[in-house]
Amino acid sequence: MRILIEKGHIIDPSQGIDGIGDVLIEDGKIKEVRAKSKEQGAESKKQKPHKSNSELRTIDAKRMFVIPGLIDMHVHLREPGFEYKETIKTGTAAAIRGGFTTVCCMPNTYPINDNASVTEFIIRKAAQEGLCTVLPIGAITKGQKGEELAEIGTMRNEGCVAFSDDGQPVMNSLIMRRVLEYSKAFDVPIISHCEDLTLSEGGVMNEGLLSVTLGLRGIPAEAEEIMVFRDIMLAGLTGGRLHIGHVSTEGSVKLIRDAKRRGVNVTAETCPHYFSLTEDALRDYDTNAKVNPPLRTKRDIEAIKEGLKDGTIDVIATDHAPHHRDEKLREFDLAPLGISGLETALPLSLRLVDEGVLTMNQLVEKMSFNPARILGISSKGSLKQGSDAGVTILDTKKEVRVEAEKFVSKGKNTPFDGWVLKGMVVITISKGRICEWQ
Amino acid sequence: MLNKKDLLGIKELSVEEIDLILDTAAGFKDVLRRDIKKVPTLRGKTAVNLFFEPSTRTRTSFELAAKRLSTDVINFSVPTSSVVKGESLIDTALTVQALGADFIIIRHSSSGVPHLLAKKLRASVINAGDGTNEHPTQALLDAFTIREKKRKIEGLDIAIVGDIIHSRVAKSNIYSLTKLRARVRLIGPPTLIPKEMEGIGVGVFHNMEDGLKNVDVVMMLRIQMERQGRGFFPSTEEYFKNWGLTPERLSLAKDDVIVMHPGPMNRGVEIASEIADGPKSVILEQVTNGLAVRMAVMYLLAGVKR
Amino acid sequence: MPKELFDRKGIDRALTRMAHEIIEKNKGTERLCLIGIQRGGVHLAKRLASKIGEIEKKDIPVGLLDIAFYRDDLNIRKEQTVVRRTEVPFEVTDLKIVLVDDVLFTGRSIRAAMDALMDLGRPAAIQLAVLIDRGHRELPIKADYVGKNIPTSLTENIEVQLEEEGLGDRVILESPSNPPLLPPQAKGD
Repeated sequence: MRILIEKGHIIDPSQGIDGIGDVLIEDGKIKEVRAKSKEQGAESKKQKPHKSNSELRTIDAKRMFVIPGLIDMHVHLREPGFEYKETIKTGTAAAIRGGFTTVCCMPNTYPINDNASVTEFIIRKAAQEGLCTVLPIGAITKGQKGEELAEIGTMRNEGCVAFSDDGQPVMNSLIMRRVLEYSKAFDVPIISHCEDLTLSEGGVMNEGLLSVTLGLRGIPAEAEEIMVFRDIMLAGLTGGRLHIGHVSTEGSVKLIRDAKRRGVNVTAETCPHYFSLTEDALRDYDTNAKVNPPLRTKRDIEAIKEGLKDGTIDVIATDHAPHHRDEKLREFDLAPLGISGLETALPLSLRLVDEGVLTMNQLVEKMSFNPARILGISSKGSLKQGSDAGVTILDTKKEVRVEAEKFVSKGKNTPFDGWVLKGMVVITISKGRICEWQ
Repeated sequence: MLNKKDLLGIKELSVEEIDLILDTAAGFKDVLRRDIKKVPTLRGKTAVNLFFEPSTRTRTSFELAAKRLSTDVINFSVPTSSVVKGESLIDTALTVQALGADFIIIRHSSSGVPHLLAKKLRASVINAGDGTNEHPTQALLDAFTIREKKRKIEGLDIAIVGDIIHSRVAKSNIYSLTKLRARVRLIGPPTLIPKEMEGIGVGVFHNMEDGLKNVDVVMMLRIQMERQGRGFFPSTEEYFKNWGLTPERLSLAKDDVIVMHPGPMNRGVEIASEIADGPKSVILEQVTNGLAVRMAVMYLLAGVKR
Repeated sequence: MPKELFDRKGIDRALTRMAHEIIEKNKGTERLCLIGIQRGGVHLAKRLASKIGEIEKKDIPVGLLDIAFYRDDLNIRKEQTVVRRTEVPFEVTDLKIVLVDDVLFTGRSIRAAMDALMDLGRPAAIQLAVLIDRGHRELPIKADYVGKNIPTSLTENIEVQLEEEGLGDRVILESPSNPPLLPPQAKGD
């Protein structure tokens, strides 16, 4: 099948394209892109699509943006083990609804993805039922216990693209050092959930006046920053590839900026909620805003925006963490952590473009090109000829009201319910299929 | 007028609402002085004490307050552990409501639980202590007691001593007393006073002698024994040496100082027996006033047509 | 304009007559006390007591009674009834009690007041004195001493204003067509 996307505003940081043009897809691959590119300053070669016998579907993308399919390098798909929260099928459906054509799922399933057989299961299941590409992230240590290294090489061969003990950070510095050293052999990034568990113990929100006021145990920013610092030092020591997950504090941004200046092999991500919400969202004990790391302060939001702007933070990921509604409808202390983020990530991030924090081009970098680069998946995050045809078409002017109950994801846990956001994904082309919404 | 379905915390109350509750409580205190200590005011209503944390004092006080108002009371005590395993909090509360409860008096170890229930229930939710958030009726009875003894609250110097960080009693009192324009100071080891407190208009003292100078009221808090050895302070002995209320220390306060304690007391840990049983102690009057205040709260919440 | 039914002199004359009637009916002031219902009856009870005291050259005990806890309309009122103090600084058992209120209307306040009194002790007798009886009783209650009977319609409102409240003595009748002189207050009944 061939798909021709016509007259859209194409943005492809991998080729420096930022202009009106057409994209031709053939058999699930990008066949051709014709557009004004910034560097060339002129339209590239103009010719009619090759005559071919296969069916041609034409999409009119006038007044829309056409961008490489988004890549979310931090999601929880919950399968195997927690299918009541989310499955590979529903999670990937939520992904394409949100404009993502590739998601990387964290290993904290049951059983944990700490060995090749679980990796194999996820990949097989995703091939059968997944609506977008699923790339698993393997556990760093067996059982995510932070004690013994998992079989990183074997899982890599099976298809894991990164490794992380997300949610159960490796507290032992020696183990973390070994991981960063050992993983160099396979050239995979180690995604670190930075949290000093001894310092954050029992905490459920940001530590500060509000946590005192609400009577909730606080997690100081330092619980994150101490580990960001440790991991940066270890990355410097070992030369391993460190990727800092979900950065939430000003101090972390500063530490990463400084590390990058010094040439440490470190990249970083943040999530939409860390630049969209402050801890104030918890004022009414809203468990939907309970997330780890916790929502911080205005000052942290400003620092994260600055970090996104100057390139300190490379990636916007969702940390999509779906939960069953009954689990969130309970005591704040006992409610599970996380936000169902796939379906709000793009419009929330587009606010950064509106505010002038990022250009559209930078946004696409952070949500598609950079994740592909960090994960070493050159066939994605780009509209270059021969790339996988994950394409997202969006109308950035259209206002949409967030309705949690209408989420495709099983997880309706969002603190953004009722928000009116600008920017709607109109079409996601993934795995050769066109998914379209009104 | 108190135009609220629920009493969730002092944070949520205006000065006028606090004053109204205290004035109303004065009327109920008259009732408690009589031979017939019961009024038919809330006849036919049902109150449920939904206690997820053991507490004999507060539960008994609410129970008796309800009975004095001719309200039927059911005690529904749930050990938290079994709830974690079984029925959800919301299901338990809905069940209790389905029994016909007009008031659900909730005590829970997790902050914010009354707020969650208030949103889900038709019944009036009264917070009888939630986690380390608030214990509003305790603060109201404390304010009532101070007002009764000192004829005013505004302008008084009031010291709250002890484990501030874990104390919902301290929190509610800080909110109510500052709203009523007293000068509040907190005394205790730095590990037990959140550093953010200095930013909300209260004084912080880590030295007991400095903190007690010239105060009108000393409010002692219960030291939770389980805190020792967890890094908050090394031992109860060391605690008493530094922050225990002794007659020598109390002599630094004003001559007519009153000493309060929400109970239950740890004699010899935070307070010396001579003081607890001495003439400056109003600890038992606090207990009596607790009844009047809780009656007032139920009366006012019931009086709102919904 | 609201209609003035009673001025300062009228109120005073009525109270004087009622004082005499109370003495006469009780054959003196032996074991007699007056209890004013919060809040309209409080000042009237004090005035009556001082008149009786002058006539009999004797101090008459006066108490204040709040009936908020005994009302039967807590569930249907839009606002909470303000709770005021009850101050009866004497034992009521075996006393002859004259309950005093400003306006007698449905009789429900008096029912509440009698219940409240019963919870204070066991009086020998309870009598009722009111400045105005406006009719429309809903309970079998009748006043023993009445300052003035004023037939009213249900839509009208009787307002007793007293000097002790800083308003100057007078009784006015407000009809619905007339704007009230003062914001309507929660009246006894």
